[in-house]
Amino acid sequence: MDQQLFDRFKKCAVDVLAVDAGKVLLEAKFKEDLGSDSLDLVEFVMALEEEFGISVPESDLEGVDTVGKAFDLVTSKVS
Amino acid sequence: MSRVVLITGGSKGIGLACAQHFANLGDKVAITYNNTKPTSDFFAVRCDVTSQAEVDAAFAAVEEKFGTVQVLVSNAGVTKDLLLLRMNESDFTSVIDANLTGAYRVCKRATQGMLRARSGRIILMSSVVGLLGSAGQANYAASKSGLVGLARSLARELGSRSITVNVVAPGPVETDMTAALTDEQRAKMIDAVPLGRTATPQEIAGVVAFLASADAAYITGAVIPVDGGLGMGH
Repeated sequence: MDQQLFDRFKKCAVDVLAVDAGKVLLEAKFKEDLGSDSLDLVEFVMALEEEFGISVPESDLEGVDTVGKAFDLVTSKVS
Repeated sequence: MSRVVLITGGSKGIGLACAQHFANLGDKVAITYNNTKPTSDFFAVRCDVTSQAEVDAAFAAVEEKFGTVQVLVSNAGVTKDLLLLRMNESDFTSVIDANLTGAYRVCKRATQGMLRARSGRIILMSSVVGLLGSAGQANYAASKSGLVGLARSLARELGSRSITVNVVAPGPVETDMTAALTDEQRAKMIDAVPLGRTATPQEIAGVVAFLASADAAYITGAVIPVDGGLGMGH
């Protein structure tokens, strides 16, 4: 895992989802563990798009319910 | 109160009255205009709401000047009255594009800042004809009733962030839009109003300001008629 990339990703999560950095673990579920609702996630995706200069269509977001899956998605778009 | 208030279509009529009302309350008021250059000294940005790029640029200018928009009054609108059989597709779609899609564009842009702030007020300017219908105004009436569905959906989407979205539905108001009517049309219209007169733009502005006030914090998704009773029951 690219730690530098994850740190940027984590900073977005902390800023947008208003959660402690320590909670942003790969296995954490957005809804259950981080208490994020659908609007939070939309804002999070938009923040990631801006941070990484990527574009994430709605169709890519299906089934992305954990930090790890979201980070994989970002990684696949960046590289 | 010194909130940042943005009013689209603020150079005349209802929009201008809203700008003056908020300014009197001590708010920082910005207006957009398109065809009518403002004669007031409000911070004014030219913006055609049929262009997302112009909407984005207008918001950027207002944010630069005052900060994040806290109260949005989506008021810019046009008419192109024709009976259906004489109304071509572009007569229809151009009115929808300005009045309904235009509201979507400004709401979308305003919401960015309001979500971050976890608060905001959005007021959409509809019309009694959106609920009553109006012969010769199928395009305008469709756009104005469309605002109700837009507002109520946004009220549901944004409620958890303390953002309220409401609709004001004026009846006949003394503005350029009604000045274009013939005397006969005007008399007929006023005849149908229980209060027997048109509204002043200030009477609409007062209700808009109320919806933006602390007293209206628990009102969202509402359609407030300010129509002298014309639209009762709709």
